[in-house]
Amino acid sequence: MAIIAIGIGVALGFAVHLVNGSALSAFGGAIRALNGAADLQVKATSPLGFDEALYGKVASIGGVTDASPVIEMRALGTNGTSFTLLGLDALRAVHVTPTLLGPNRSVLATPEQSIFATKAILLSQSVLQQIHGKIGDSVKVNANGKTGVFQISGTLPALDDRQNIAVIDIAAAQLIFDRLGHIDRIDLKLDDISDLAETQSIIASILPPSAILNDSQDEMVRGDAISRAYRVNLDMLALVALLTGTFLVYSTLSLSVTRRLQSFALLCTLGMPKLHISRIVAIEGLIAGVIGSSLGLLSGYGFAAIALRFMGGDLGGGYFGGATQTLVFSVQAALVFFGLGVFAALCGSILPALQGGRVRPAIALKNTGDAIDPRQKLSFVLPLVLGAAGTFAAVMPSVHSVAVFGYFSIALLLGAGITAIPGLARLMLMPLAKKNLGSVPFELGVRHLHGAPGAAANALFGIVASTALMIAMAVMVTSFRTAVDEWLGEVLTGDLYLRTDPGSGGFDARSQERLSQVPGVAKITFSKQIPLTIAADKPPLMLITRPIGNDHDRLKLISGPVIASADTTPIWFSEPAALILHQEVGNIVELPIGKDHKFTIVGIWRDYARQQGAVVIDTKDYINLTNDKMRDEATVTLFSGAAVEDVGKALIESAPPELQPFIQTAQPATLRRFALTLFDRSFAITYVLEAIAIIVGLAGVAATTSAQVISRAREFGMLRHLGVSKAQIIKMLGIEGAILGAIGGIAGVALGSIISQVLIHVINPQSFNWTMNTRFPILLMISVVLALILSASITAIFAGRRATSIDAVKAVRADW
Amino acid sequence: MSRFAISLIWLFATMSTFGASNAQQPVYAGVTQGRVFAFPADHGSHPGFRTEWWYVTGTFATPDDEQLGFQITFFRTRPPIDQGNMSAFSPKQIIFAHVALSDPRVGKLDHDQRVARSGFGLAGASTGNADVNIKDWLFKSDGTNRFAAKIATKNFKLDLGFEAQQSILLQGENGFSKKGPNTDDASHYYSIPQLLVSGTLTRNGEPQKVAGKAWLDHEWSSQYLNPVAAGWDWTGLNFDDGSALMGFRMRRSDGSTLWAGGTFRRTDGTVFTLEPEMISFQTVSNWQSGLTNATYPVKQSVVIKLPEGSRAFLLTPIFENQELDGRASGLPVYWEGAVTTPGGAGYLELTGYVDRPQL
Repeated sequence: MAIIAIGIGVALGFAVHLVNGSALSAFGGAIRALNGAADLQVKATSPLGFDEALYGKVASIGGVTDASPVIEMRALGTNGTSFTLLGLDALRAVHVTPTLLGPNRSVLATPEQSIFATKAILLSQSVLQQIHGKIGDSVKVNANGKTGVFQISGTLPALDDRQNIAVIDIAAAQLIFDRLGHIDRIDLKLDDISDLAETQSIIASILPPSAILNDSQDEMVRGDAISRAYRVNLDMLALVALLTGTFLVYSTLSLSVTRRLQSFALLCTLGMPKLHISRIVAIEGLIAGVIGSSLGLLSGYGFAAIALRFMGGDLGGGYFGGATQTLVFSVQAALVFFGLGVFAALCGSILPALQGGRVRPAIALKNTGDAIDPRQKLSFVLPLVLGAAGTFAAVMPSVHSVAVFGYFSIALLLGAGITAIPGLARLMLMPLAKKNLGSVPFELGVRHLHGAPGAAANALFGIVASTALMIAMAVMVTSFRTAVDEWLGEVLTGDLYLRTDPGSGGFDARSQERLSQVPGVAKITFSKQIPLTIAADKPPLMLITRPIGNDHDRLKLISGPVIASADTTPIWFSEPAALILHQEVGNIVELPIGKDHKFTIVGIWRDYARQQGAVVIDTKDYINLTNDKMRDEATVTLFSGAAVEDVGKALIESAPPELQPFIQTAQPATLRRFALTLFDRSFAITYVLEAIAIIVGLAGVAATTSAQVISRAREFGMLRHLGVSKAQIIKMLGIEGAILGAIGGIAGVALGSIISQVLIHVINPQSFNWTMNTRFPILLMISVVLALILSASITAIFAGRRATSIDAVKAVRADW
Repeated sequence: MSRFAISLIWLFATMSTFGASNAQQPVYAGVTQGRVFAFPADHGSHPGFRTEWWYVTGTFATPDDEQLGFQITFFRTRPPIDQGNMSAFSPKQIIFAHVALSDPRVGKLDHDQRVARSGFGLAGASTGNADVNIKDWLFKSDGTNRFAAKIATKNFKLDLGFEAQQSILLQGENGFSKKGPNTDDASHYYSIPQLLVSGTLTRNGEPQKVAGKAWLDHEWSSQYLNPVAAGWDWTGLNFDDGSALMGFRMRRSDGSTLWAGGTFRRTDGTVFTLEPEMISFQTVSNWQSGLTNATYPVKQSVVIKLPEGSRAFLLTPIFENQELDGRASGLPVYWEGAVTTPGGAGYLELTGYVDRPQL
């Protein structure tokens, strides 16, 4: 059992690491492909781009050898193929981003690949395959709400077959896709003479808010940051599994030591040094660790392969998009997790080893009684200190968006709970032990447990630990899911939602007008979401443009509203945005839209959808700042009696024909279902862990109770001699098991509830930037306690059957 | 004239293949007989024409009397792309620059090139006076008889001033230079021979004062090369007595001469224009490139028939391997080198010996 727990811990940790490593490497590959090995980039902070005049300025800076202006857009081609469309000046790109055009240096010489032509397009192999095209074919491309027809004039052979990229001339991109005057990126090649930091600071000093300096390292950090919290959480879960493993190793070994104390004592009297006994026990732990870790690495690799296949590189977290990923094996990670597994097992074997080493032959040969004297008062100092430390750790801030202290807090609280078990068990049994219970088996069981708290604790450690962690997770997930569900109910107020595919550009002013005229539509509001880069190494915020007016209510504010300061534009931060950027209601901030414009955060709204943060701005203000009138989403309220499907169809039909294939409609119920499916998908791994924790807990109970029961064969023999019937002994064992299960269950649930508060109020806000109210899954909690009671008593009864089947005389005779 | 230039004409000519049928094609200015040249305006760019180049070749000596040849070319082309595109990136004019240093001690050319769309203050060719640049590479005139060029490559830097001592030499018929038998095969073309060169050559971070003589060609046209021409030989020679010779011949693929021409300016400043039958190029010895296997007539005898009698000039390269292999940068292979002749020095250009321009 201990081996399995260690194995699971190692497997999980290793799998999470491998999957994430693979995802990051695929992500990095895609980033590198797109960036084409530029030394440095100036990037637009939003898809609106920046003024093209910046190109001339940046290119003239000393230290910049060459600069390549780039238009970068999401685009859609035939068969709904989605790709990144780059508008390049090939003359610059061949020098600055050589890996983008690759051996296409010949674009400068071979006629059929000349990409200066307005109508020429180069496609990556992957795009070419997906649109079933060949060189020379015509291909339709949609981007930014415009359609262009190009002739495939070549491929991008330097890109691997996973990259969906197409290249056209930058002037054609500006003209055809309505981007005149703007570019999205300037790739830079730097000389190796100038000081990099100085060049960077000179460039940064001339950048408007609409552009930001960025190196490929920043992008990797950003990619890493997106999923870091999620990943660390999974890693922590893996550590929890390892911890459980440690407890189980401890339980198993200490029981086995107890059972073998006589053998050890005998070995001692025969001349074996006590140190050797400790060593034997430690080696047993080590063996368990090695076997467990080896199994763990194997299954971890398999698990990673399966997870990557079915859940993607973000383990269902939804962070990396649909990039295909191949599993990247890491020897280093394998060694680390193997080491951790062995270490966990060794930790679990320390106390039993010492216990074995302390064996006093004279007593041990006679008595296998409990190490703790029942008359001695049990101290609560250690658990109290641990509990206090845990509470303190819970209020500490996060470190680099990772709730390090939150996890410490959980570990400390767990420690507090476990060290309190012997005392708690006694406390809980006290009232029972003092009463005359009138039933022989009952009284025997209670007294045994009360008199031997050490043995009881051994059995309970594993149960309490795994139950507590499982309950904590369950409470957190339940609270979260409930919160998301309620939030969805509040947010999805429309009768119908319209969404256009990225790359299609969305609804222009005319389409918006036409859609609002469709019969059955009582009200239609158009909105748009664009990513806004605030810092080069942080994931972008979503800027949501929608009509607000004075209608704050629809945003479900959790803070605010306040009045915007003079000469500022009101904006509403989502809760994650406020937490990430450390902003509060009333603060005046700058955003990279408009020129030197100031904004007041007039409210903070609840949002569970955009973990990296979102900012809402009123449509009017957005148009004033950007003059961008394209919208990609719409919320429709219908007149009562209007048929949703019919209106949906009519809405699509009233859109321009070239946009129609890219419009999707959805009803609130569908969206809600979709959102909750996403939620469950991202917590799938947590559910799996919960199930594993339950199994480990129950199996732990079974293992420890049966081991204890077997070791008590002599005691049963004695009881038989005193006139206790076999049935009574079995009943006694059943009751003992039930009590153990109950104590473990109740203590575990209580401890889990406390830990869940750390998860909900510390880990969640710190790692995911959102808060929620606690909801207890009462039914699950009760079932867990009942399951523990049942399994403990049943295993005890079965083990008891076996133990009592030995002849009573023989059993007693075993006592020399 | 420049082979480099022609290869680019060929490159941009092909772009029309992909131009959209509804796109607005450029209307190129035509080369006309009898055009009156005006300076300094004609030192500047003629953006209405399809191609144009400023081409400086010469030799100079370092203080330790090291003799080096150099060639600096700025080339402008107006590609046949949609003129209706308002994008500032629209490649309506493209500028190329090319530099090569001939050092006999190195034994091969040290060359570099740049290319860019005009615009954003990064590259362009101004009208009104010579002022063409790609970033910090430039060639310009101060409006008088002085010109300057600045070029910095990875291996060397040139910062040169050129001072004209003689009047501008209009080639052909008052600057109307016939390039083939068809009436269309012509360009506007003038030269300034006997330019005094002074400036700095920096190699390995060490600047050296240099002084010597150079030749400027400025030529513009909208015509394609005659379809029968496979390449050409060209030379421009400054003589110590102040006279100068420009001569060229267009070759068919079999090596025979399709067209030839030239100009001889005598010591007294009188100019004699050489009709096709008055000039001939005779190979004295060939050199075969180990790199491309091409065989170039690097040593030639140019014979011209003047009213005062025939003259023959033996052109001897300062070293044989002055082949320029630009294939790595998508450019062609040709031979362009410094030559000496008894009583003078200059440049010889041999094109079309490896691959023919695919016009």
